[in-house]
Amino acid sequence: MTIETKISEHLKQKENGNGEEKYSSKDFSSDQDVRWCPGCGDYTILKQVQKTMPKIGVDKEDIVFISGIGCAARFPYYMDTFGMHSIHGRAPAISTGLKVSRPDLSVWIITGDGDSLSIGANHFVQLLRRNVDVNLLLFNNQIYGLTKGQYSPTSPEGSTTKSTPFGSIDHPFNPLSLSMGADGTFVARTMDRDPRHMQQMLQRSHQHKGTSMLEIYQNCIVFNDGAFELFTDRKTRPREAIYLEDGQPLLFGKDNEKGIRLDGLKPEVVSLEDGGYSKEDLWTHDEGDKTKAYLLSQFFDAPAPGETQMPRPFGVLYAVERPCYDEEVSNQIDAAVEQKGQGELDDLLQGPETWEIK
Amino acid sequence: MSVQNKVQEEVTIRFAGDSGDGMQLTGSLFTNTTALEGNDLRTLPEFPAEIRAPAGTVPGVSSFQLHFGSKEILTPGDKCDVLVVMNAAALKANLSLLGSGGIIIANTSGFDKRNLNLAKYETEVSPLEDDSLADYNVLEVDITKITKESLSDSPLGYKEVERCKNMFVLGLLYWMYNRPLQSTITFLKKKFKDKQGIANANIKVLKEGYHYGETTEVFSSRYTVKEASLKPGTYRNITGTDATVLGLVSAAHQSRLPLFFGSYPITPASDILHGLSKQKHFGVYTFQAEDEIAAVSSAIGAAFGGSLGVTSSSGPGIALKGEAIGLAVMLELPLVILNIQRAGPSTGMPTKTEQADLMQAMYGRNGESPIAIVAPRSPADCFESVFEACRIALEHMIPVMYLSDGYLANGSEPWKFPETKDLPEIEVKFEPARTNNGPENGETDKFLPYVRDKRFVRSWSIPGTGGLEHRVGGLEKEDETGDISYDPDNHEKMVKMREAKRDKIAGFIPLQEIDNGVENGETVIVGWGSTYGSIRTAVHELRQEGMDVSHIHIRYLSPFPRNLEKLLKGYDTVLVPEINNGQLVRLLRSELMIRAKGINKIKGRPFGVEELKKEIKNGIGSSVA
Ligand code: SF4
Repeated sequence: MTIETKISEHLKQKENGNGEEKYSSKDFSSDQDVRWCPGCGDYTILKQVQKTMPKIGVDKEDIVFISGIGCAARFPYYMDTFGMHSIHGRAPAISTGLKVSRPDLSVWIITGDGDSLSIGANHFVQLLRRNVDVNLLLFNNQIYGLTKGQYSPTSPEGSTTKSTPFGSIDHPFNPLSLSMGADGTFVARTMDRDPRHMQQMLQRSHQHKGTSMLEIYQNCIVFNDGAFELFTDRKTRPREAIYLEDGQPLLFGKDNEKGIRLDGLKPEVVSLEDGGYSKEDLWTHDEGDKTKAYLLSQFFDAPAPGETQMPRPFGVLYAVERPCYDEEVSNQIDAAVEQKGQGELDDLLQGPETWEIK
Repeated sequence: MSVQNKVQEEVTIRFAGDSGDGMQLTGSLFTNTTALEGNDLRTLPEFPAEIRAPAGTVPGVSSFQLHFGSKEILTPGDKCDVLVVMNAAALKANLSLLGSGGIIIANTSGFDKRNLNLAKYETEVSPLEDDSLADYNVLEVDITKITKESLSDSPLGYKEVERCKNMFVLGLLYWMYNRPLQSTITFLKKKFKDKQGIANANIKVLKEGYHYGETTEVFSSRYTVKEASLKPGTYRNITGTDATVLGLVSAAHQSRLPLFFGSYPITPASDILHGLSKQKHFGVYTFQAEDEIAAVSSAIGAAFGGSLGVTSSSGPGIALKGEAIGLAVMLELPLVILNIQRAGPSTGMPTKTEQADLMQAMYGRNGESPIAIVAPRSPADCFESVFEACRIALEHMIPVMYLSDGYLANGSEPWKFPETKDLPEIEVKFEPARTNNGPENGETDKFLPYVRDKRFVRSWSIPGTGGLEHRVGGLEKEDETGDISYDPDNHEKMVKMREAKRDKIAGFIPLQEIDNGVENGETVIVGWGSTYGSIRTAVHELRQEGMDVSHIHIRYLSPFPRNLEKLLKGYDTVLVPEINNGQLVRLLRSELMIRAKGINKIKGRPFGVEELKKEIKNGIGSSVA
């Protein structure tokens, strides 16, 4: 008898889904009052997650949300699924234990830039390299909200915050490059102000087998309002943001009048209006291309002198299949059972050598 | 000269040599043969602190001590009767452990100029040649040379030949103690199944050692140690580590739960990880985490999902796990934390033993954070103790700290192992699914995760169970609903509730027994953990001398057995020997108002029986502040 069947003995028999949506988004909202500051970006993320859940076709009782500490970490309390609000930075480790022992569950990690990139950075990179089949939603607001406004590991250099009255001198993390460096298999970005895109990205995260790292630009209206305004504001978004689609050329601008072209490994912004370049000349997005995904993740820092600013990419930068840790653990157990036979406790207790006392 | 045959009641042999001399193997093979001959025994290996300390130096010495006899043997022995030294460094490191008049078997090749230098002997003359060893019975044998000569026709290389020399020692001791060679020969054949040449060479040298004893005249005596009167049954030899591994697998088996073990390597706990990772065919999940915090966190995650979640470490790692253990206290999930204690504080002395983490286990977390504590008392007892730790965790939905130590983990003794059918069942009930949860079906039927039973234990409501969707977390929670609450009265109630829940365990553990002695006597020696063997032996001997002294050994340290206070109040003097600066003694004073007095040793080594007897005699009658 495998571990899974052992556990499932205790579980009720599950009906097979018939493809229709069994739930509405309301079914995923718990009876708790939501207590974020009015206008916080977290509200819309919660709403999009609640809207997406019915679409992923997983029974409510098989979904678990696990968070660490921070404003975002309250999230599980508002979802009517199983949930754990754990300790600072450790949600990836808790989720690893849960998913390894319960591969039947859909596990979602809710974390923030402080939680996952500072105190829990170790667990964050380990999760990605192991490729545990869980979804990680990184609410990035570039600030510590819950502790009332200190700079975070994603705050830009020079940020003036409560703990950096003279400006931050910390060089910030680039979460997507970090994820690429940790050999993440699914690296994506979305923003709180684009609900439709966020829903798509949440679904893609669910569909991906392995750790899905979805960074969500989230506005902290109280301590860091407008941090992502360039990308979220309808006026500036067309020129500052670029939406990625697999197999499609990299186009942006109000009327898709601009594109990105690769000169060797050097990206450059080109105009499609002056007749110099056409769509065929542009970089075609390939989610399976690691080098190019890394280049895209580097559309982040301010440009070097003489170079043009690249638009910030949103969408799936990188998505590939690689064996998942949780599955490999189970495979190893199955292989051991196959090879040695199901363990007999009496043999183990007896050990290799015994003697009789009469 | 004829060889005399003497009968001995007990003997302690210490094998010491360079890490590369194979002393651990020699010791354990002698142990196996001794066990098969029916002696009672205890062993204790000691390894160098450095992985590859330079050969020939004192830090590079590895030793193995075996105490065996025809009587009850409960310690690896205070002083040894026979000391085998493969080189000068081994002598230097171990001479203080040899009893006066003891036998030294010295490998003379290990005492050349180079070895003397490496061992930092200041004199030019070998200690074998000056009269510094006059109080001992020194037997000099050129073991290296004889081994080489014996294998002169062997096709093996120089190094492989040299490596056989420990078998010569083993053969020689087998002759000295009238032991058969057969089980060792069988072992060697099996171990080197695919390397016939090596097996044959080792067996040849083993026999050479035996014949050397028979034919040379350096030894005037042979010894016989008769069978001990152990309880009838089938026995095996077991280390504390192996007993812990077996106890965990058994607890998972008896609770019908998967075992999830999250751990991070640390001396001396890593061997549990090694042991469990071999048991995958029992469905055991082992996870070598990125750090101590991830290790305990993963176990909490697994426990949330319905597994027996276990993590292990030693003191420094337990400190790192503190916050997560507090989370498990709040979540009221079962969690077993193994602390294989070592000498602290900080990194301390990783390879040396100590019992100094009791206060850490009791109080070492933020806030009021009560957990249960269980401590094994001997290598074989690790089995039952860790089984009990799992039982309490699962049946009471609480973290349980298992406090073993390096001395227990590495030591070994014969074990009359149980059969599966004799193991107790561990009662685990997951909360069953509900069909009509939710406000739309009436608030009354809402699932309440923090409703308790008579023992104040909440239900284990695992994901995947319909209608039980709920949230838990580290924030203070409202009674019954588990919702976040900052209500002052609720907080006080919950703090007291978690403590009461821990205290209720006292109704589900055995009453404290007196190990040896009488109720309401003059003096009682109260111990916990690995001091058991020394205390039991010391008390036994003191009682034979006519003293009114009893022995109580506490396995359940939190909560204490419910009769402990009354029991202890029946003695005039309560003495508490510990390998620390006084921790149980403080608990007995503060929790039970017992006027207890400590006997403390903090040298990274267990109590010797003689020193303990002396301390007990000193302690009796002395005033208790
Ligand atoms: S402090 Fe900022 S991030 Fe936190 S809830 Fe308020 S607005 Fe949201």
